[in-house]
Amino acid sequence: MEETQYLIVGASHAALSALQAIRMQDAEGSITLVTRDDALPYSPTVLPYVVSGRSAPERVALKDGAWFEQNKVGFIRGAAVTAVDAAARRAKLSSGAEIAFGKLLLATGAAPILPPIPGLKDVKFHVLRSLDDAVKLNQALPNTKQAVVLGAGLVGMHAAENLAKAGAAVTVVEMQPRVLAGYFDAEASAIIEAAFAAKGIKLMLGAKVSRCETAGGGVRVTTDSGAALDADLLLVAAGVAPVTDFLAGSGVAVDRGVLVDDTMRASVEGIWAAGDVAQAKGFYDEARILNGILPSAVEQGKIAGMAMAGDPALKPWPGGVPLNTYTFFGQQAVSVGSQDVGEVVRKEADAKRYLKIVMQGNRLTGIFGINVPFDPGVMWELILRRIDLSPVRAAFIDEPQKTARAIMSRTWR
Amino acid sequence: MGAYSTIAFKPEHCNGCNACMTVCATAKAGSADIIDSRIQIVADGDSFELAMCRQCGDPKCVSNCPAAALDKDAGNGVIAWDGSKCVNCLLCTVGCAFGGIVYNAAAGHVVKCDTCDGDPACVKACEHGALKYLTTANIYNEVGDLEDLFVPGLAGCQGCNTELIMRHAMRRIGPDTVLATPPGCIPGMGSVGYNGLTGTKVPVFHPLLTNTASMLTGVKRHYKRQGREVNAVALAGDGGASDVGFQSLSGAAERGEQILFLCVDNEGYMNTGMQRSSCTPFGAWTSTTPVGERGHGKTQDAKNLPVIMMMHNCEYVATASTAFMEDLYDKLDRAIAASKRGFAYLHIYSPCTTGWRFPSAENIEVARKAVEANFVLLWEFNPREGLQLTRDVDHALSIADYLKALGKYRHLSADQIEHIQATVEKNVGFIKGLAEGRHPAMAQAMSGRA
Repeated sequence: MEETQYLIVGASHAALSALQAIRMQDAEGSITLVTRDDALPYSPTVLPYVVSGRSAPERVALKDGAWFEQNKVGFIRGAAVTAVDAAARRAKLSSGAEIAFGKLLLATGAAPILPPIPGLKDVKFHVLRSLDDAVKLNQALPNTKQAVVLGAGLVGMHAAENLAKAGAAVTVVEMQPRVLAGYFDAEASAIIEAAFAAKGIKLMLGAKVSRCETAGGGVRVTTDSGAALDADLLLVAAGVAPVTDFLAGSGVAVDRGVLVDDTMRASVEGIWAAGDVAQAKGFYDEARILNGILPSAVEQGKIAGMAMAGDPALKPWPGGVPLNTYTFFGQQAVSVGSQDVGEVVRKEADAKRYLKIVMQGNRLTGIFGINVPFDPGVMWELILRRIDLSPVRAAFIDEPQKTARAIMSRTWR
Repeated sequence: MGAYSTIAFKPEHCNGCNACMTVCATAKAGSADIIDSRIQIVADGDSFELAMCRQCGDPKCVSNCPAAALDKDAGNGVIAWDGSKCVNCLLCTVGCAFGGIVYNAAAGHVVKCDTCDGDPACVKACEHGALKYLTTANIYNEVGDLEDLFVPGLAGCQGCNTELIMRHAMRRIGPDTVLATPPGCIPGMGSVGYNGLTGTKVPVFHPLLTNTASMLTGVKRHYKRQGREVNAVALAGDGGASDVGFQSLSGAAERGEQILFLCVDNEGYMNTGMQRSSCTPFGAWTSTTPVGERGHGKTQDAKNLPVIMMMHNCEYVATASTAFMEDLYDKLDRAIAASKRGFAYLHIYSPCTTGWRFPSAENIEVARKAVEANFVLLWEFNPREGLQLTRDVDHALSIADYLKALGKYRHLSADQIEHIQATVEKNVGFIKGLAEGRHPAMAQAMSGRA
């Protein structure tokens, strides 16, 4: 049986970030990376661009074989972990092989949620989470005349844009009353919705799909208002959920994701989790949340790696802050922080520009913009460091980018 | 992976003229609008701050890129952006806490500093010394490949830079060396050895304070007679050089012996309990110039030993500081070369964390302040070109900024500070005069043996 000191399950941002952190502290300890994908490591975030054709599938690899060799890492691809025996410290692979490990990192990410829609299982549909999914969707683009996208989150909205640019008539069906509800308020979403409407994309918001069935050569989707949408391509983008099924019976505590403490340690000795699969402390309160975003995966992976390798420079997880960036039809939307914690101190919106600043007392808790320049990384730090903005409050509200840059340069020079 | 060159920003020298932004916007975007500059200076009250790529060692922009469009070049340390891979998702800007990678509307994608391939336009445009391109890293990369000629684990005080001086100097000088370490911190920390083993990988001996240069003279001449090319090197303290060892030093310099004499000046006999030497400055506390009801520190000015050595018309004389390693290395190279022809003397300032009373983490900062306040002047001399300043002495820090960093000056009265200020100004005037060839002493030196 193969034995490894560090076993990492998954090969995207959290896994790679952990691996680098381990190697910073432990240059020689054996590391094995196992991933269910039969591909070099890639990011789920790049997939919409593989769909659009902007990124060639063979050029999206985050690391190559030479890098694994240089870092003395065993890389096993195309093999999922099917079971974990935490007491014996063994993992079983879909290939039938077993690996004994000293420490285990769960970085298995998330998989698409398939909503319980009658008939969905019997029709042809696409999802978008793996490179294979993206290639299939890319190949389907030229032959798509009518497309229906279920879900107006980032995956659905990117896909809708790509399908429209490829010439398809696109309808997006979303249960929430607005698009990207996780990141933007009604006014900001309205700007995005208007841009989509201007390109002829139909947004059915506050609508639910009641039935799917095969019709003609494609799919017929019926909403609860009785509208029937015929599509030759159906994309289900109704969100994702952590991949934890293989942990059944392992003793690792799972709520919606793997429950972890501030050093990404799971409930069982010798096991850590990071990235989309992990359920860690939120920044604004102590409740453990899913915060499945790329920058969190990078951070959590690093913390987990440092904890696993015993790096004395380890700093605990400060808590997840919701944030994201979204580019649509050449426009830029940025969301950093909470819409709800604190009070709105500035808000302005017109057809093309939007800016909202939320503060609690003299601390920044959230900043949101469309086509308004500011540095999300600097703002994130202002939030995490709970910087007291009272000496520059008016200037910050007036010119957030310049003022935040000056504080940054002075504070963490 | 080695150390890298970097663009350094000194806010105290910035006046917000925007020249750096103007040339960057022109060079990188062909634009007249400073919004297109990859270096951004922002006002912060009365002063200025910087938003620019720091070329981080563990770059978050790279980790956050889902498209492998950003990568840190292991050779030059620059984080490169590949436009053919970038998908414009802006997640790099979430990772950057420095405003160093930013979406540029005119370009239609993120832009960041690429250091102009190691020749940054912004630095050349800065007339105020606020931007500098620091290439010191090249030295460490180069010297890192040379053999360390001391054993590991020398027992210097915490934060002492003398070990740095010894190891760096000997790496550069090389193994064909006989080394003299007269009594002082250098043998004190174990370089001369314990229990019959030396602390060096070259032959080392422990002369008396008085006869270092005489013994090296004999060693050098002995090997010369045998036809062997050997470096005769002294690593001495200021006490050993300027006080009781001065007779043999002066003699060897006057005779033009082919010796490389490195004086590590920590302004006193720090190894034996912090007694004053003739290199201890005015007003300084030492155990023999105590501070109390009657005593207020040393009552005489320091002997300017490097100037005295210059007056021997040696083949090479220079002063150096570990806060300015590029300068130190240039001088070390010239001193090594000069020691093949005649006497070479290098005077290196070495702040003493223990004897000067400052926190052990601040050694290099103290060394830097000493130079920036003109307390220490960096210059070099050879008989053909005379004395030249190797660092600008205008725009100095206030001497009070330097003095207050050190416990040994904590007791100073206003009168004493005024005296020190006057001495510094006199020294600056004297050395500047020599550098400009106006001083009669320089004329005399230059009419000497050369």
